[in-house]
Amino acid sequence: MRHVISLLIENEAGALSRVSGLFSARAYNIESLTVAPTEDPSLSRMTIVSIGSEDIIEQITKQLNKLIDVVKVVDLSEAGHIERELMLIKVRATGKDREELKRMSDIFRGRIIDATDSTYVIELTGASGKLDAFFDAIDRALILETVRTGICGIGRGDRILKV
Amino acid sequence: MLLTGAEIVIRCLQEEKVEHVFGYPGGSVLYIYDELFKQDKVRHVLVRHEQAAVHAADGYARSTDKVGVALVTSGPGVTNAVTGIATAYMDSIPMVVLSGQVPTAAIGMDAFQEVDTVGITRPCVKHNFLVKNVEDLAATIKKAFYLARSGRPGPVLVDIPKDVSAQKCEFHYPKAISMRSYNPVVKGHTGQIKKAVNLMLEAKRPMVYVGGGVVLGDAADRLTKMVKMLGYPCTNTLMGLGAYPATDKQFVGMLGMHGTYEANMATHNCDVLIAVGARFDDRVIGDPNDFCSVPRKIIHIDIDPASISKRVRVDVPIVGNVGDVLDEMIRQLETTAERPDAQALSDWWQQIEEWRGKKCMEYDRNSAIIKPQFVIEKLWEVTGGDAFVTSDVGQHQMWAAQYYKFDKPRRWLNSGGLGTMGFGLPSAMGVQLAHPGAPVACVTGEGSVQMCIQELSTCKQFRLPLKVVLLNNSYLGMVRQWQELFHGNRFSESYMDALPDFAKLAEAYGHVGMTIEKPGDVEGALKEAFERKNDLVFMNFKIDPTENVYPMVQGGKGLTSMILSSEDL
Ligand SMILES: Cc1ncc(C[n+]2csc(CCOP(=O)(O)OP(=O)(O)O)c2C)c(N)n1
Repeated sequence: MRHVISLLIENEAGALSRVSGLFSARAYNIESLTVAPTEDPSLSRMTIVSIGSEDIIEQITKQLNKLIDVVKVVDLSEAGHIERELMLIKVRATGKDREELKRMSDIFRGRIIDATDSTYVIELTGASGKLDAFFDAIDRALILETVRTGICGIGRGDRILKV
Repeated sequence: MLLTGAEIVIRCLQEEKVEHVFGYPGGSVLYIYDELFKQDKVRHVLVRHEQAAVHAADGYARSTDKVGVALVTSGPGVTNAVTGIATAYMDSIPMVVLSGQVPTAAIGMDAFQEVDTVGITRPCVKHNFLVKNVEDLAATIKKAFYLARSGRPGPVLVDIPKDVSAQKCEFHYPKAISMRSYNPVVKGHTGQIKKAVNLMLEAKRPMVYVGGGVVLGDAADRLTKMVKMLGYPCTNTLMGLGAYPATDKQFVGMLGMHGTYEANMATHNCDVLIAVGARFDDRVIGDPNDFCSVPRKIIHIDIDPASISKRVRVDVPIVGNVGDVLDEMIRQLETTAERPDAQALSDWWQQIEEWRGKKCMEYDRNSAIIKPQFVIEKLWEVTGGDAFVTSDVGQHQMWAAQYYKFDKPRRWLNSGGLGTMGFGLPSAMGVQLAHPGAPVACVTGEGSVQMCIQELSTCKQFRLPLKVVLLNNSYLGMVRQWQELFHGNRFSESYMDALPDFAKLAEAYGHVGMTIEKPGDVEGALKEAFERKNDLVFMNFKIDPTENVYPMVQGGKGLTSMILSSEDL
C-alpha cells in the first residue's frame, strides 16, 4: 500500500540524512521525499511517500518518531488529505505542435512560464496521477526534459500537524 | 569568567559527577587532555586501543547505573571506537562518547585525521552532535547525558572540533533540559496494565519472559516480586540473566538458541506469554513463523514503542518504564480478589518438570580432559555466585551464560546484540574500576581475547586485578561447531594455530599466568586466583577442543527443534 507520511523535524544540520539514513538502513522504500522549512524556521516539514505493508508502515512511523530530532509524525493517508506535486516540463514547441501544447496545458490548468522559438516550459501542479496523465495527453516525442518535486501533502479540515 | 571549550568539557563532566573517562589522546583533543592534566576530579584511564575505551566505558555503565564516558581523537580514534559504540547501541547502554574533530575551518577539506564522524556513527548511536560554537558546548553535553540515560538508553556522541575546544565563553551548565522533539514515555497506560493483569490471571499455562530491559531499568527486584506472587515459571534471555534469580525454583533457565529444553518448550507451549523488557530477538524466538503458529496471547512491556509488534504481533502492548509498569501491576495484583487458577498452574508445572527431567544441561563429568562447563560451575562455586562476569562471543560465552547461575542483575555483561569478540577484557576493566575490590572474571576464548589482548597493559597500569578465565579449545569454537553441524565438518579457517603461551604472555605484561590441563586442578587454580586479591591472574584452561554447546535450536527453525546432544545428530 502507498502511504503518505508527513513529519515535523528540527531544522538542524544533518536532519535530512537522519531520515534518509533510517530508510536505507532498514531497507524501507522511499518513492519521494520533499522537505523545506515551515513558517517557523526552526522546523522543517517533510512529506515522504513510501510503499509497504501495514506492519512496515507502522514500523516506519515508530522508527521516525524515535529519531531525536523528529517532533511529530502522521500518516496522512490514514484519512482525508490533499496531495500536490509540481512539475516543470520542457517541450519542443514548433509549428502545429505549438498550438496543441498550449491547448493541452490549458486543459490541465498548466501555465507556460518560458517560451522560445522552439520550446515551452510548462508548469503543472496537481496530484501525481494528473501529472502522469499529462504525459499521455501529449506526444511524448516532444518532451525534452521534466523535473518533478515529489508530493507535499496536508490533512483536510481539522487534521492539523503542528507543534 | 570566560572558560575555554576544553575547560568547559571538564566542568561538564564534573557537573555530571563523572569519575572515570576512558580514552586515548591525539591531535584534535590536545586542549581537552591539557585540562584533564590540570585537575584531579575526573580520572582518565588510558587504554591501548579506542575500541577498548568504549567497551570499558560500556562495562562501567552496565555494572552500575551510571553513564559511561569515552574520549577519543578524530579520524582513526573515532573509527577504532565505532565497534564499541555499535556494541553499546545494540544493547541500549547509556554512554557519552566525546570525540575530537579537525578545526571547523578544515571540515570538509580532507584534512589530516578528518572523518565524517557524525555520518559514520549516525546509524549506531541514539543521537550525535557536531558542536560548531563554543557557546553551544555545555548545553550539548548536558543534552548528551540526558539522552544517553533517559527513555531507551543508548550511546550519544559529541564531536568537538579542535578550535571549539580552544575558544572561550561563559560557562553555564543548564540544570534541566527540555526538548520538544523528545519526550520518552514513562508511566505505562493504566488501562492497558489492567488488561494485562486480567489476562495474566486467566492464564492456564503462563510464562514470564524477561530481557535486558529489566536489568537496565533497575527493575529486577519488582520483576522477581511479581513472578513470586504469581508462582509462574520465568525465563531470562541472554541479556536478562540476573533479572530473575537463577537459583530460584521458578527459574527454568535461559531461553533461545542455546536455551534450556524446559525454557524453550514452555515458551513455545504457553497460553499467555508475559514479555518484560525483551524484544523477541531472532536468537531468542527462532523462526518467527513457527513461533507465531501457536495461538497464545502475548503481553509486551517495553520502553520503546518501536520494539512492540516489530517481529511478533502482540495482544496487550504496554509502553513504559518497566519498573513503573511492574509497580502498577503489583499494586493491581495486591488489590484484586482474583487469583491464578491453582489447578491449571499445578498441571502446567508438572508438565514443565517433565521437560526439566530431560536434564538437558548434563555433560560428561568423568572426562579426563577439562570440560568447559565444569570450569564455569567451579567458577560459580569459588566466587559464591557473586562475581561480575564479562564475556566475549562464542562457545565460552554460552557456557558462562548457561552454567554460572546469576542471582543478581548487572553481574553478567556480554555483547548480546552485536556479538562483539573483544568485548570481554576491556569491559571487565570498566567493571573493576566501578567496583574496586569486587571479584571480576572475564570468561573468554583464545580467539576473542586476542582481539583486545593489549589491554593487559592497561590493567597493569591501573592495577586492575581481573581474573581471566580462558576456555582454550584452540578453535574458533562456535564457528567450528556450526561447521561441524551444518557444513559437513569442513573446518574452514576455524583452527587457531600458533597460539601464544598465554601464561607467559600474561607474565610478560607483569601479571600472573597459569596453565591448567587437568580437571583435578581446576578448582585449586580458581581458588588461588581469587585469593590473589591484588593480581590479575590469567588462567589458561586447556579444554576439550571438540566440545559443543547444547541444547541448540538450529538457525531458522522453531524453538522446539532442539539438538540436545551429539547423540541427536
Ligand atoms: C569481531 C568478531 N568477528 C567475528 C565474529 C564471528 N564469531 C563468532 S564466535 C567466533 C569464534 C570465537 O572463538 P573463541 O573466542 O576462541 O571462542 P570459542 O567459541 O572457541 O569459545 C567467531 C569468529 C564475531 N562474533 N566478532
